[in-house]
Amino acid sequence: MSGAEYLLFILMLSIFLGFELINKVPATLHTPLMSGANAISGITVVGAVALAGTGNENVAMWLGVGAVTLASINVVGGYMVTDRMLGFFKKKED
Amino acid sequence: MTAELMTQLGYVLAAGLFIFGLKMLGSPATARRGNMISSIGMLVAIVSALLDQGIVDFTYIAAGMVVGGAIGAIAARAVAMTAMPEMVALFNGFGGAASLLVGWAALSPDSGTFTLVTIVLSILIGGMTLTGSLVAYGKLSETIGSGAITFSGQQIVNSLIVLGIVGGAVMFCMNPTDPTWLYIVIGLALVFGIMAVIPIGGADMPVVISLLNSYSGLAACAAGFAIDNNALIVAGSLVGAAGIILTQIMCKAMNRSLSNVLFSGFASVSNEETVVEGEIKPISVDDAYYVLEAATNVAIIPGYGMAVAQAQHVVKELTELLENNGCEVNFGIHPVAGRMPGHMNVLLAEADVPYDQLLEMDEINPRMETVDVAIVIGANDVVNPAAREVESSPIYGMPVINVADARTVFVLKRSMASGFAGIENPLFYKENTRMLFGDAKESIGGLIREFS
Repeated sequence: MSGAEYLLFILMLSIFLGFELINKVPATLHTPLMSGANAISGITVVGAVALAGTGNENVAMWLGVGAVTLASINVVGGYMVTDRMLGFFKKKED
Repeated sequence: MTAELMTQLGYVLAAGLFIFGLKMLGSPATARRGNMISSIGMLVAIVSALLDQGIVDFTYIAAGMVVGGAIGAIAARAVAMTAMPEMVALFNGFGGAASLLVGWAALSPDSGTFTLVTIVLSILIGGMTLTGSLVAYGKLSETIGSGAITFSGQQIVNSLIVLGIVGGAVMFCMNPTDPTWLYIVIGLALVFGIMAVIPIGGADMPVVISLLNSYSGLAACAAGFAIDNNALIVAGSLVGAAGIILTQIMCKAMNRSLSNVLFSGFASVSNEETVVEGEIKPISVDDAYYVLEAATNVAIIPGYGMAVAQAQHVVKELTELLENNGCEVNFGIHPVAGRMPGHMNVLLAEADVPYDQLLEMDEINPRMETVDVAIVIGANDVVNPAAREVESSPIYGMPVINVADARTVFVLKRSMASGFAGIENPLFYKENTRMLFGDAKESIGGLIREFS
């Protein structure tokens, strides 16, 4: 099994999994959830590196380099800011 | 083991870590570790991708990562918690832009129709996410007006843009070698992102951010199809699903359908004369202090105004003084208080308010009758009793925090201007409501001085 139908299969399963996972997140964590999910959407960097590293200095490579840069902002910024926020969440002592 | 297999197995591991990380984000006690695990997943995915045999030159990859990473790190450290919504919007936009570029770069003369369709989708969703997020950023940071921008014929213009996009996309898939159609689709997608967000007013921003968050995931997902990459598809659809769920929660909390939020500016609501009886009863800081001093149960209901006044730290101080005085203090957080889902929780967490003191609307409402004083700080529409009592009100049916059930209500407010939605609030005229006019931070500061 390969090609489009295989990818669609993965898509279907991940969407259901995503719904199940996120439904259980309490409202108090919605902002960190959003910025954490946002960081994950920087996964595009994974696709971009292959395009940016071809060595041929053509349009596709420069587009790839741009994508690597933008996605890196998203990934690094997203994870760090989420971590910063979650560091504030404390349970009541006593 | 071939490098190709290593890469694929790395993606499987990364996907597992993302899923596990998101699962741990479900509880405040484990959330921070969850985020850490998710970031390790990202690292694994990136390292796996670098094993790709097609990569011969790492110079530009390294350069892009260093520059992007540095910008992201600086922004993440510098941003104030009150500015979180616009920061998330901006990051979202970058994610969308990256997907647009990947989709574009994936185009090759021998792309099949399926690939071409997915390329168009990633360009389309990525482009919309980019400009939509930039407009959202502008509105949230008040660089541009935060109100809804509407003009006559807007629907027609938007319909024409959608038609243009569909037409351009079809033409592009039929003539992939002619870049003209590609540029037309990119241009229209960028314009459409702007057009989609400008008619949405400030109070509806939690919905828009959630939706854009979802789009950024879906764009990554589409790009994954375009370049045949599982990691992008799995991670992208997880994010897409997360955004859709948050969007749904936000819409439900405003008792509006998604299409209602997207296509009809709240601003156009005519101020129907909600017949308001009673009069405004102001209260001085001195008198407010005496009431609070005698109270044994206080509920604080924060809204966006608390963020604007930067009052979260003085609120925490007041909370401590009240507790030392033998009073129970809870916070009631409406799901759409603030400019993004959970905005108030983050602000109060930063001010050291423990999260178990922050109650959701459904938890605080049944307790409201036992509350001596409900203090409303910079919130308006989310405590508007018109939502329950006035059938002609545009927010009728929206679930609100029933502060009027408390023995006394203090409303901290700058002036009598109505809320973002521009709706008259009968709460201010209720028998048991007292208005404490002035800047929230100064008013609370005054109360703190009385206590100490």
